[in-house]
Amino acid sequence: MHVTRLSLTDFRSYPAVEIELVPGATALVGPNGQGKTNLVEAVGYVAALSSHRVATDAPLIRLGCRRAVVRAGVSRAGRQILVELEIVSGAANRARVNRAPVPRTRDVLGLLRTVSFAPEDLTLVKGDPDGRRRFLDDLLVARAPRFAGVRSDYERVLKQRNTLLKSIKQGKGDIRTLDVWDDQLAAVGAELLAGRRYLVHLLAPYVTEAYREVAGGQGDALIEYRGSLGPEILADPRPGRDALRAHLLEAMARRRPVELERQVSLVGPHRDDLVLQLGPFPAKGFASHGESWSYALALRLGSYQLLRADIGPDGDGEPVLILDDVFAELDSGRRDRLAALVKDAEQVLVTAAVPEDVPEVLSGDRIRVGQGEALRVDR
Amino acid sequence: MYEGVVQDLIDELGRLPGVGPKSAQRIAFHLLQADPTDIRRLVEVLVEVTEKVRFCSLCGNVSAQELCRICSDARRDPSVLCVVEEPKDVVAIEKTREFRGRYHVLGGAISPIEGIGPDDLRVKELVTRLASDDVTEIILATDPNLEGEATATYLARLLKPMGLRVTRLASGLPVGGDLEYADELTLGRAFEGRRLLDV
Ligand SMILES: Nc1ncnc2c1ncn2[C@@H]1O[C@H](COP(=O)(O)OP(=O)(O)OP(=O)(O)O)[C@@H](O)[C@H]1O
Ligand SMILES: [Mg+2]
Ligand SMILES: [Zn+2]
Repeated sequence: MHVTRLSLTDFRSYPAVEIELVPGATALVGPNGQGKTNLVEAVGYVAALSSHRVATDAPLIRLGCRRAVVRAGVSRAGRQILVELEIVSGAANRARVNRAPVPRTRDVLGLLRTVSFAPEDLTLVKGDPDGRRRFLDDLLVARAPRFAGVRSDYERVLKQRNTLLKSIKQGKGDIRTLDVWDDQLAAVGAELLAGRRYLVHLLAPYVTEAYREVAGGQGDALIEYRGSLGPEILADPRPGRDALRAHLLEAMARRRPVELERQVSLVGPHRDDLVLQLGPFPAKGFASHGESWSYALALRLGSYQLLRADIGPDGDGEPVLILDDVFAELDSGRRDRLAALVKDAEQVLVTAAVPEDVPEVLSGDRIRVGQGEALRVDR
Repeated sequence: MYEGVVQDLIDELGRLPGVGPKSAQRIAFHLLQADPTDIRRLVEVLVEVTEKVRFCSLCGNVSAQELCRICSDARRDPSVLCVVEEPKDVVAIEKTREFRGRYHVLGGAISPIEGIGPDDLRVKELVTRLASDDVTEIILATDPNLEGEATATYLARLLKPMGLRVTRLASGLPVGGDLEYADELTLGRAFEGRRLLDV
């Protein structure tokens, strides 16, 4: 699939901008702070309904405005889809698909798929587990949009249960109701856990392969899901939901005294991690800076290949690839290998501050970004 | 900001559920320009509801009398009791014409975030009612979202030992939604397909 047109109103720094996009490689070039990332961020937002740069939607709306509009034309399996999103401050967002309003904004998920890689992704390797959980959950939703509901239900159950644990400690909460929240957490948690565990099983070989290609054959990258339930239970790549649910309930029963004391939920997928192994060592704390870069990149490229292989209901699962500011950070060997890896993507959007940072094989279409405008360069 | 009483009106309207500042302003100016007799009629109705409408002492539904119309209707089946969150859910279920029993309105659902536990709902009244009435089946028709499910599970565990048949509305209702938004057909089917809860 590919994006054919992007039009923004009061999104980030743009009062109004519109660009036509073509399949193949497009380089968005312009000085720092001119709005290159803002453009590709908008494309990613249409796919995920959230931005990896921020936790809430508020910063996406241009300063002083009440709403932003993102419109994207998507060409998928020969079909043209127009997605329109209205991001409103302090109210629910609205969406339209081919001019018809959809019942829930969430219904837009899955229409466009993107995978983006940016310098911040280094925290996937070097940072805390929450970034890696988010990485998994985002990919889960990209593959199967129904997980967006599972994910938000899980966050809500967790919030309810943690609030209850706190109020019990304060003598206000009703401990008789803790059992029912255990049930809810186990039910929704088992679903999320089963989804993540199977996803890691599918993703792992792609990441190993991508790392080999990016790092030029040095070292074996192996990813593994590690959870609060313990390795025996998670050894099965497709654990049954009923079994997981029973295990979660059992673990909660065991840890209840500690939970009541510490007033937080200690059992469930919100405590889990994706362990990144490089040869005999965990990447975190052992991998060099360059190796960490390659690993982060391998996670994204692996995701890209996984989605691409997953043909989807209409036979076109291939995501749009976004490489934001990446090439400036890579040495020439990695740069060339990455460029060679992605040059055949149906669509790849590359941003760079200077034209020299865009590898020759990716210098297809060029858009100059600056002073609130994005203009195609005729070459 | 508008002058004194106009701003007061906007503020009061803005307090209503689902009315944001913009709509509050719009409604206020609509009222200012409306026919005075219409306004007087609105005021009278508002006064009337606050004075006359109360909640049925048995089921908790809104009612003009001590007992609501449904509770005082001898033709309704006294052996089946449908437990809902809000009076508006009674209205939604009545529209399906699938249900001939009686209701019990909880007044909400269990939600720690909002500080609502079983003691804040009409659960005690429900238990008392079951001890004296000839109810044999309870249908738990709380909303198909997390809080509604939690409330249904809590009640099922509480009521099962009393030897009652406890059922939950069949799935097929839009998950994550409110009962009142389900269309009549879906809600009607959910009644027919209700399942026994094993707890
Ligand atoms: N909500 C907003 N309202 C107005 N301006 C914003 C908003 N959010 C971001 N900006 C502006 O957008 C600019 C950043 O744009 P962007 O991140 O796209 O730059 P860039 O071209 O990718 O730069 P770099 O090369 O440094 O990565 C900043 O100047 C910032 O002030
Ligand atoms: Mg940038
Ligand atoms: Zn009544």
